[in-house]
Amino acid sequence: MIDAMDFSLLALSSPGWGGALLAGFLRSVELAAGGYLLGLVIGLLGATAKLYGGRVLRDIAEIYTLLIRAVPELVLMLLFYYVGTDLLNKLMGAMGREGIDIDGLSAGILVIGLVQGGYATEVIRGAIRAVPPGQIEAAQAFGMSPLKVLRRVTLPAMTPHALPGMANLWMIATKDTALLAVIGFSELTLVTKQAAAATREYFLFFIAAGLLYLALTLISNLGLRWLERRARRGLPAAA
Amino acid sequence: MPDIDIATPIRPAPALPLRARLAPLLMPHRLVMAGLALTALAAIVTQMDWSWLPGYLPKIGHGLLVTLALLVSSVAAGFALALPLGAVQVTGPAPLRWLANGFCTVIRGTPLLLQLWLIYYGLGALFAQFPEIRASWLWPYLRQAWPYGFLTLTLSFAAYQGEVMRGAFAGVPRGELEAARAFGMPRLMVFRRVWFPRAVHRALPTLAGEIILQLKATPLVATITVTDLYAVITRVRQATYLTYEPLLLLIAIYLCLSGTLTLALRWLEGRVPSGR
Repeated sequence: MIDAMDFSLLALSSPGWGGALLAGFLRSVELAAGGYLLGLVIGLLGATAKLYGGRVLRDIAEIYTLLIRAVPELVLMLLFYYVGTDLLNKLMGAMGREGIDIDGLSAGILVIGLVQGGYATEVIRGAIRAVPPGQIEAAQAFGMSPLKVLRRVTLPAMTPHALPGMANLWMIATKDTALLAVIGFSELTLVTKQAAAATREYFLFFIAAGLLYLALTLISNLGLRWLERRARRGLPAAA
Repeated sequence: MPDIDIATPIRPAPALPLRARLAPLLMPHRLVMAGLALTALAAIVTQMDWSWLPGYLPKIGHGLLVTLALLVSSVAAGFALALPLGAVQVTGPAPLRWLANGFCTVIRGTPLLLQLWLIYYGLGALFAQFPEIRASWLWPYLRQAWPYGFLTLTLSFAAYQGEVMRGAFAGVPRGELEAARAFGMPRLMVFRRVWFPRAVHRALPTLAGEIILQLKATPLVATITVTDLYAVITRVRQATYLTYEPLLLLIAIYLCLSGTLTLALRWLEGRVPSGR
């Protein structure tokens, strides 16, 4: 099998597909990073809503996370993609402008972020609850405003508890970008499929792409583990 | 590793009288939200175009069966594969341990869609090159898409569950194994009578979550032409040019599936004695 593979097809310049694969890989990383950050923001908002929000807000956050966790990501992405672009076009139309084509990157980030947000909400909610309430109460007793309490006490204190879950979510985000291939985003998986179909070298390209994904996972794993150790310094060994 | 108790199921709450159970649903804001939801549902049913639904019902039913069949078979086969994968990582000889560990890392570190396409397009093209395979009795099956979908889903479930089993095998308290040895049981019998059942028992609570994840992975097989639920809905969308109606139905069906599965698994979990 190995000797039948033509590795020159992976060359960076034109007859080879290496450059296209790397571009797709970068695109995947961009999508994952953007979606992850958006998911983090949604998660912070959702966790705050669940823990400190009013009844209505709490129920809405509950329904959001339920929906995200019960429906396949692929279906959610399809829904968010169509609803998102549709709404934006209608909004633009209402404002008297022409319907625009949202560029793929922001649409993809939006779609991934909305899915990630549901899981991030749960992770962050659990992490905030693991912070001893006395610490937050002490900050309030000092007369800090709620935002300052969040910035100075709650967020730093919950970080070590949130990191394992958030690290896991980053892994899921990198792999979820592949699903965007089904909607037609030209990220790594779709580019790989096109390259493989054009050259009929399926094993070569899919394994090359798999190695890229694996490298991303393993390298981020190292970084995240270092971050976790750093965030946990001073805390007892086992949570 | 600390002995974290993952085996004891949460004790079911004592049954409340009906009125107390309904009380949280009858809070004013929830009544308003339920009213809004019902209005939205009514609007969806009356305002949107559902004329295609009766004609497609049999196909949707068939797709649902395909989804469920893939889920059940891949979970069963994957779990059977996860047992040795987990055990070998804890107690096996070094080469086997590395192999199992590598398998889990690779499967868990790459997207399922990529694995699916590698196996379907790659293996499919490879098999077609061998006249021996084309002539064999297997070929009628290998020409279809579902064996590849089943294989990929099984491997994926095995890798994720194998990691869980590794933790479960490692987490069985030393003392129980030593007690079994002290009774004079040979090593195999210790494995069969104590270590294995205790590890499976400890892994059961996480199984429910993994099965739901597997359900959510099944629609990917639609990309290799398996006509599961998702594929049927995609066809409806292409045939009727409707964007939202089939998608909403699909989401509703998946919500029902996840909900039913969660309830059923919780009931099953409550029936497994905790032994503590």
